[in-house]
Amino acid sequence: MTPELGHLALILAACLAAVQAVFPLVGAQRGWGAWVAVARPAALGQCLFLLMAFAALAHAFVVGDYSVVYVARNSNSLLPLQYRIAATWGAHEGSLLLWVTILGLWSGAVALRSRALPPAFAARVLGVMGLVSFGFLAFLLITSNPFARVLPALEDGQDLNPLLQDIGLVMHPPILYTGYVGFAVAFGFAIASLLDGRFDAAWARWARPWTLVAWIFLTIGIALGSWWAYYELGWGGWWFWDPVENASFMPWLAGTALLHSLATSDKRGLFRSWTLLLAVTAFALSLLGTFLVRSGVLTSVHAFASDPARGIFILGLLALVIGGSLALYAWRAPKLGAVSTGFTPVSRESLLLANNVLLAAATASVLLGTVYPLLVEALGLGKISVGAPYFNSVFVPLALAIGMLMPLGSAARWKSDNAKRLAGQVKYAAAAACVIGLAFGFAVLRDSIWVSIVGTVVAAWIVVGTAMALAERAKASGWQNLSRSVWGMGVAHLGVAVAIVGVAVSASASLEVHRKLSVGESADVAGYRFTLSSVDEVTGPNYRALEGTVHVTRNGAPVATLSPQKRAYGVRGMAMTEAGIDPGITRDLYVSLGEQLEGGAWSARLYVKPFVRCIWLGALLMAAGGLIAVSDRRFRETRTVSRSRVAGPAAAGGVG
Amino acid sequence: MNILRRLCLALFPVWFALCAASGAVAADTPYTFDNPEHEARYKRLIAELRCLVCQNQNIEDSHASLAQDLRAEVYQQVTRGASEEAVVAYLVDRYGDFVRYRPPFKPSTALLWLGPALLVGVGGWIAWRTIRRHTPAAGPSVTEEEEESLT
Repeated sequence: MTPELGHLALILAACLAAVQAVFPLVGAQRGWGAWVAVARPAALGQCLFLLMAFAALAHAFVVGDYSVVYVARNSNSLLPLQYRIAATWGAHEGSLLLWVTILGLWSGAVALRSRALPPAFAARVLGVMGLVSFGFLAFLLITSNPFARVLPALEDGQDLNPLLQDIGLVMHPPILYTGYVGFAVAFGFAIASLLDGRFDAAWARWARPWTLVAWIFLTIGIALGSWWAYYELGWGGWWFWDPVENASFMPWLAGTALLHSLATSDKRGLFRSWTLLLAVTAFALSLLGTFLVRSGVLTSVHAFASDPARGIFILGLLALVIGGSLALYAWRAPKLGAVSTGFTPVSRESLLLANNVLLAAATASVLLGTVYPLLVEALGLGKISVGAPYFNSVFVPLALAIGMLMPLGSAARWKSDNAKRLAGQVKYAAAAACVIGLAFGFAVLRDSIWVSIVGTVVAAWIVVGTAMALAERAKASGWQNLSRSVWGMGVAHLGVAVAIVGVAVSASASLEVHRKLSVGESADVAGYRFTLSSVDEVTGPNYRALEGTVHVTRNGAPVATLSPQKRAYGVRGMAMTEAGIDPGITRDLYVSLGEQLEGGAWSARLYVKPFVRCIWLGALLMAAGGLIAVSDRRFRETRTVSRSRVAGPAAAGGVG
Repeated sequence: MNILRRLCLALFPVWFALCAASGAVAADTPYTFDNPEHEARYKRLIAELRCLVCQNQNIEDSHASLAQDLRAEVYQQVTRGASEEAVVAYLVDRYGDFVRYRPPFKPSTALLWLGPALLVGVGGWIAWRTIRRHTPAAGPSVTEEEEESLT
């Protein structure tokens, strides 16, 4: 019964999404107040029904209703409770339901938090979000119904893919989706203002906190995914430039550009049509990511063509949303005709523009590399692979260039700055950064790969330069008067530096030994002695495993005990590798067991990965910086006006 | 959800328990090198070659038996003194460009390799024009009614 209620709730949510789209958009266009007023209740109603549908599916998983096809395929009575709940979004249908539920939550948040906006404008934002939501609900109901039944019911489920039975699945998808679906709000704002024909600084100020919150979630979501892959996949990699990863990275890059361009539009009223285009682009890339991941096109263009129902639908939706909004942009953006202010080549405006050019080029390059093999195959030019070597050689120089510009952007003045003054302000920072970066680089890097040396110098430059830029501003206003936005910027930029250190050092100084180890044998890696002391059988809730005990010592002193496992999951008969990791800020010790070889010895991979944790620490600092910035009084003032009774968009977004 | 795409890892078909019991010969044998340069060459190669039957993995990471065979092939060629280019050429000859994660530069990939530089160039040019358009004619005083757009 509950699944039918869920199905019904989903249908009602689709109906309300249509209502939320049609009435407010038409009403705002025609100036019909009563139609405009439909937006908020419709959005809240849609959100409610989506939550009910989601709860119904989660309930089916928790109680183990194996008459629901989706549950039967992705759960099992032995599956621990937290994974049964997470399995709700563990495969295609459920993850789309999560996607659209989160969109519903964002719509609900906008409905509650938009009282400061002109009613017609808020109605348009919600209307646009309703349109998107309707498209996805139609997709869900027509091609991917998560509540479909199988009769007679299965005795037991086929179990969740063991790779997904991890805390990573519990946290990563909801947070990641909250991030990239959150760009729907900025997208709604952009389309609404194109329809409205108005785009002023107030617009940018409204859009900023929403964009920031979405960006914070996306940052954390991507970092979690990378961390999950690192410890779960068992070969110590943390980023693979897999199309699925790129699908979430492209909106992040575009969103980062959007944050900077929004700041310029807010503070100086500049680059407005560009900001609109970026807002459209960030969400379009989120949709493209959903298409890439959900259509099967990644496996092969031919696989896509042989079972095209789902793919064609999303492709159509994608074409409609992106094509429609770009057409609207081409038509309306030239008519925005805003009054603009001047600035000189040496100014913060110019540097932010350079930031946007580089971030946009990075986004487009990742896009190019991701879709190029698909295009080449579709055009019948053969099959090629575009992988890490390509992305690294394209992305790393762009990232370093962006890093070099960062402190300059924080140090330069608005409108017009003097090149001599700017040089004078940053020259000591640059010198200090070179010394610190080179000293650190040569101390920790093994091969002294030049890219990594440049990386550590750039990281030092970001830290020292940003700190000096903050100090310079504090000289004028006093430290206590620096705004939260400025502090947030400082912390987020520090995060970029920390992440660069992590990437540069772990890429060049990591050591790996692939060795045959019998029980009692040792292997030395970078001064650490790894000894396989024993291998024992252990039993988990739904798997059996052989667990190795690896004692690590350094100069005879014990450092850590690692417990890598080889698991066999009964239901699917799949073997899994669980790495044994001793984490640390300056190094991770990492062991994974391969296969057992002839004579009982194990094929073991032993890694020492210096500073690898800095990658995720840096991402967390970026997110923390975003959080500090979002608490800025500038954004809260709009909220005070709004007289609303609920918490901020952060709290609302956090529900998902 | 990148992990979903990496099912390859989980798809190697035999339970390790069965494997151990039957004493089957595992192919995941670690390789030893007498020449450190060979080892470095081997590691560079296996990181840039694609496991052809996997969703998206290089032959270093993959547990698929094809990847193990390819590793063995690369190992043999490298220890026999073959250059990186020779090994890649041999594999491309058998499997096509699909096996390389670093696509070769040729007419059909020209846009791929030149695209990023082109993007930065065009973007930089547009940005420079925008800056010039916004630059006040005399001094830094604020001018009004400037055409405002980047695109």
